[in-house]
Amino acid sequence: MTNEKQDPRRGEYRSIHKPVRKKDAMQLLLGKPVYMDDITPRDALVVKLLRSPHANAIVEEIDTALALKVPGVVAVYTWQDVPKKRFTIAGQTYPEPSPYDRLILDRHVRFAGDAVAIIAAETEKAALRAMKLIKVKYQVLEAVLDFRTAKDNPVLVHPEEDWYPPCPVGGDNRRNLVASEVNGDGDVEAVLANCDIVLDRTYHTRAFSQAMMETFRTYTEMDRYGRLHVISSTQIVFHCRRILSHALGIPKSRIRVEKPRIGGGFGAKQTAVCEVYPAFVTLQTGRPAKLIYTREEAQIAGSPRHEMEVRIRLGADKDGRIRCIDLYTLSNTGAYGEHGPTTVGLSGHKSIPMYTGGLEAYRFGYDVVYTNLQAAGAYRGYGATQGIFALESIVNELAERLGMDPTRLRDKNMVREGMVMPSYYGETANACALDRCMEHCRQMFHWDEKYPVRDMGNGKVRAAGVAMAMQGSCISRVDVGSATMKLNDDGSYTLIIGAADMGTGCDTILAQMAAECMDCDVDDVAVFGADTDASPYDSGSYASSTTYITGKAVEKACAELKEKICAIAAEMMDCDPADVVFAGRQVRRAGTCQAVSLEEIGCKTQVFSNRAAVATASHSSPVSPPPYMVGMVEIELDKETGHVTVLDYMAVVDCGIPINPALARIQTEGGIVQGIGHTLMEDVQYDRSGRPAGSSFLQYKLPTRLDMGRLHVEFEHSYEPTGPFGAKSIGEIVINTPAPALAHAIYRATGVWHRDLPITPEKIVMAAETKR
Amino acid sequence: MELKLTLNGRPVTDHADPDLLLIDFLRAHGCYSVKRGCETSNCGLCTVLLDGRPILSCSMLALRAAGHSVQTLEGLQEEAADFVGFIADQGADQCGFCNPGFVMNTIALLRENPDPTDDEIRAFLAGNLCRCSGYDGQLRGIRSYLDSRKKGGDRHDQ
Amino acid sequence: MLTIQNYVQAESLEQAWQLNQKKSTRILGGMLWLKMAKNTVGTAVDLCRLGLDAIEEDETQFSLGAMVTLRQLEQHPGLNAYTGGAAEKAVRDIVGVQFRNMATVGGSVWGRFGFSDVLTLLLAMDSAVELYRGGVVPLEQFAAMDYDRDLLVRVLVRKTPGRFAYRAMRNQRTDLPALTCAVSCLDGEYRAVIGARPGKAVVLRDEARILSGGITPESAAAFADFAAETVPTGSNLRGSAAYRTHLVRVLTRRSLLELGGVQAWN
Repeated sequence: MTNEKQDPRRGEYRSIHKPVRKKDAMQLLLGKPVYMDDITPRDALVVKLLRSPHANAIVEEIDTALALKVPGVVAVYTWQDVPKKRFTIAGQTYPEPSPYDRLILDRHVRFAGDAVAIIAAETEKAALRAMKLIKVKYQVLEAVLDFRTAKDNPVLVHPEEDWYPPCPVGGDNRRNLVASEVNGDGDVEAVLANCDIVLDRTYHTRAFSQAMMETFRTYTEMDRYGRLHVISSTQIVFHCRRILSHALGIPKSRIRVEKPRIGGGFGAKQTAVCEVYPAFVTLQTGRPAKLIYTREEAQIAGSPRHEMEVRIRLGADKDGRIRCIDLYTLSNTGAYGEHGPTTVGLSGHKSIPMYTGGLEAYRFGYDVVYTNLQAAGAYRGYGATQGIFALESIVNELAERLGMDPTRLRDKNMVREGMVMPSYYGETANACALDRCMEHCRQMFHWDEKYPVRDMGNGKVRAAGVAMAMQGSCISRVDVGSATMKLNDDGSYTLIIGAADMGTGCDTILAQMAAECMDCDVDDVAVFGADTDASPYDSGSYASSTTYITGKAVEKACAELKEKICAIAAEMMDCDPADVVFAGRQVRRAGTCQAVSLEEIGCKTQVFSNRAAVATASHSSPVSPPPYMVGMVEIELDKETGHVTVLDYMAVVDCGIPINPALARIQTEGGIVQGIGHTLMEDVQYDRSGRPAGSSFLQYKLPTRLDMGRLHVEFEHSYEPTGPFGAKSIGEIVINTPAPALAHAIYRATGVWHRDLPITPEKIVMAAETKR
Repeated sequence: MELKLTLNGRPVTDHADPDLLLIDFLRAHGCYSVKRGCETSNCGLCTVLLDGRPILSCSMLALRAAGHSVQTLEGLQEEAADFVGFIADQGADQCGFCNPGFVMNTIALLRENPDPTDDEIRAFLAGNLCRCSGYDGQLRGIRSYLDSRKKGGDRHDQ
Repeated sequence: MLTIQNYVQAESLEQAWQLNQKKSTRILGGMLWLKMAKNTVGTAVDLCRLGLDAIEEDETQFSLGAMVTLRQLEQHPGLNAYTGGAAEKAVRDIVGVQFRNMATVGGSVWGRFGFSDVLTLLLAMDSAVELYRGGVVPLEQFAAMDYDRDLLVRVLVRKTPGRFAYRAMRNQRTDLPALTCAVSCLDGEYRAVIGARPGKAVVLRDEARILSGGITPESAAAFADFAAETVPTGSNLRGSAAYRTHLVRVLTRRSLLELGGVQAWN
């Protein structure tokens, strides 16, 4: 159902909108060595980190003498050895909104798991032996472990004088505050006073782990020019170079960062979680060094989702018109502020706009606080997931309160194409098929049959739930994507990018766009990325931006390259460039049968040539068009055990024009299953020191293929005029619907609203007991 | 201690410490397909075949494999190539880090049960975690391979 | 990281036993738990060459060698015929096929782990362990014994005429259980075994003769109440004591109804 009025090509494409295989698929499926630890030398120094057992402590004394005597140990570094200038490891555009609150090693350790010493040894065994022999005397301090008490707590997580926020985001380290803001539109109190019904609810989500299969890892060496060469599993090669430059106090010109294939990221690798440690070792020793986080380290000292508490006051009329949303988010950034000031913004700005329909006023306020818990970071959904759980849940509560079908309630209130969204920076919904997504999903899911609760006997009931979602397609006015297109002498192309394919398939998707532009096969486009020495600048792969931003850069680079190719061809045919036509494999001279092939043009650029058949283009966008989605779930709930079986999860997504429908579908399915995990089984509890109890896959349970039911994903197309070939984003939005949809279905089955994730069988049973 | 075993059909003799795990022995012998995803025997990424049975190489002492036959994806390229193209067609390879373990266990499944139902596939592969794909694409890939085989379809590895 | 200084594939049970008299020695089972240990093992003794990897069945009993894997247990036709599929049901959700190809019956039973599905199942049967020095000891007695330096050679299951039902509650399908429950009727004697309390499995018998009139919805509920009142439960990450006690009641009742053919559960 493409909106063909707006799609100038009317859906007729050669390479895009096709389920092309990922370019690396067979290499990956056949287990070829493509990841960091597969392609780097085995004899690099092994780097290990001694971590604090305390949530808040000062290293009073540290004695490394015995550790240094272990055969094979090359060096042990402590806070005394590292530069004293603070930096952030958040992968964000400079100047970063995240505070400069880290040192490579700090005398003040701020969470159980914070790094105390760096050990470099010839073998892992030697490094681990040495770790046991480092003697540390801690002055243990009282810790801030409950984020609700963090603001203005007398215990300060960051009392240091040199705490520095590069951007004014309302933070104050003397108040444990990383960021704070209130914004809005209209008179919230007046509208609320005037509503037939006002619901006031608070929702809580936890610090869920990305749990990508490949943990954080980095290899570093001095290259043949004496520069620091970093091979890291990262989404952000350019930001990583800057972070290392800041942390190590060396110029960027002395650093090269590249990424090989990445074993998943989901935002975790948008933070330079581990890069500084081996880089420091290599700079100090001159030797290659490698740090591979254990799963435990990835769980306790990674970069998980921000725990948030979202309070909403929702004002509506009896007929179901939603008139006012007052949303306040308290966000827990943990011990360091990576992505703290920015994730929180999405909890309001990427939830409230869904109800632009009849909204008369909104207010969105937030505080982001430090605690002595693992530092949070970027995770797929980036705050929107938390806000959407809250807002979609309260809208479902409203529907149930009013006795209205929750899908019809949304029909009345949702944002529609052409609307201006005051809560979304005043942007206009230029491409919005949310209404069609809802109708499509309702039909596909058989909502009218499945919404009523059905008793299956044996204590089991079936019920359904629904939720909508949105996200962005980039960080507007910030993200920069770039692409370089080169013509080779065999008439093929090389596409060089700085965006990072972390398994999503962006290398392939961008090649599809290049092939579409150049009227060639996808196989004729080789892709290379990402390497700070070779790639054109790209902010990196995050904020759902690669398809939308870097894709547009590819389009631009292709257009420029075509012009250059035509100019060379014109020269070869001795005519005016205006008289030639680019025709895929060749350039023709209009009105004649004269033509030169791409091979001939490619060869020409290598002989007595003053013209390069290369074009680089950058793209940035003043807007961030939201993708939209509707998810519906049917569950079977065992009222006696509390066990929830997901039967069917159906979703319809509007990501504009999907460039690769197979990959868009997999993104959606993968995001839904992650969302199911957070909602039902991925529990985040802490021990007394504030250390996550889910420090392994034994305790932190990801959904298996037996836990997720049947998935069914379809698309409703819209045409985004500012995107490449009408595309918007898909990577993040897909994680947002499961929590509210499942909480809704569980309410339908039990009569209890669960406002705290995850909703475990125990919580379901115990809440039902209490209610009884 | 000395360790002799058959690795991907070839005899290998090497020194191994008593606590060397099979996964580390295999990676040291060039079998980079074998991946470590956890330390708690929960993820399935390190799956290899020991005398044809799928096991977790992260949880086995290398010396325990003495005298046995160990196969990794490096040694089963053709058998894998028979079906992995169908998974590639779904885009379900994604980040790829779990793929070798998943492919190895799928090989074990198809040897034991050449015509499994969807539920049998899910049950047999339950110990192979994947954080990217949401699993259904992997299932569709295996299913379309099985369907094509029934139709007498050609090998699908291009 | 586990450190092992010496690895021996024992030539005989006697050699294994001798080596095991040193405190730093460990007998290897599937190694799945041992691998996570952070301590140092002096000598790791492997029983893999002693022919203990088979399930032997005769007229009167099953003999499970210590090195029999959970996967063998899951797939053994005789055992599953005898237990009505309870053997398969007890182990099929344990992590994955690869894990079950490694985890051994000997390791599971010797460990007497609280969360053990295997121990819960075996306690519902007429089971005993054969210890190298200690001889044949009823499983229930063995489960209560302290760890010593003996060797577990086999698990013996007598084919006492009986019926069995097994169920467990897991928060995620392949997780450790939040509670396990096996019920049986052996020669007319009812037994309920509750494990993952989270403590070690306990055996309840129908001493109050609640089920003497057969299994009915009422008697099953009454016995389940008795179990919930009797079985001590505790709290850990997988559930609170109160939730577990609730589950004791639910799983016991459901299992009994299944055992009595009153109601089937999926």
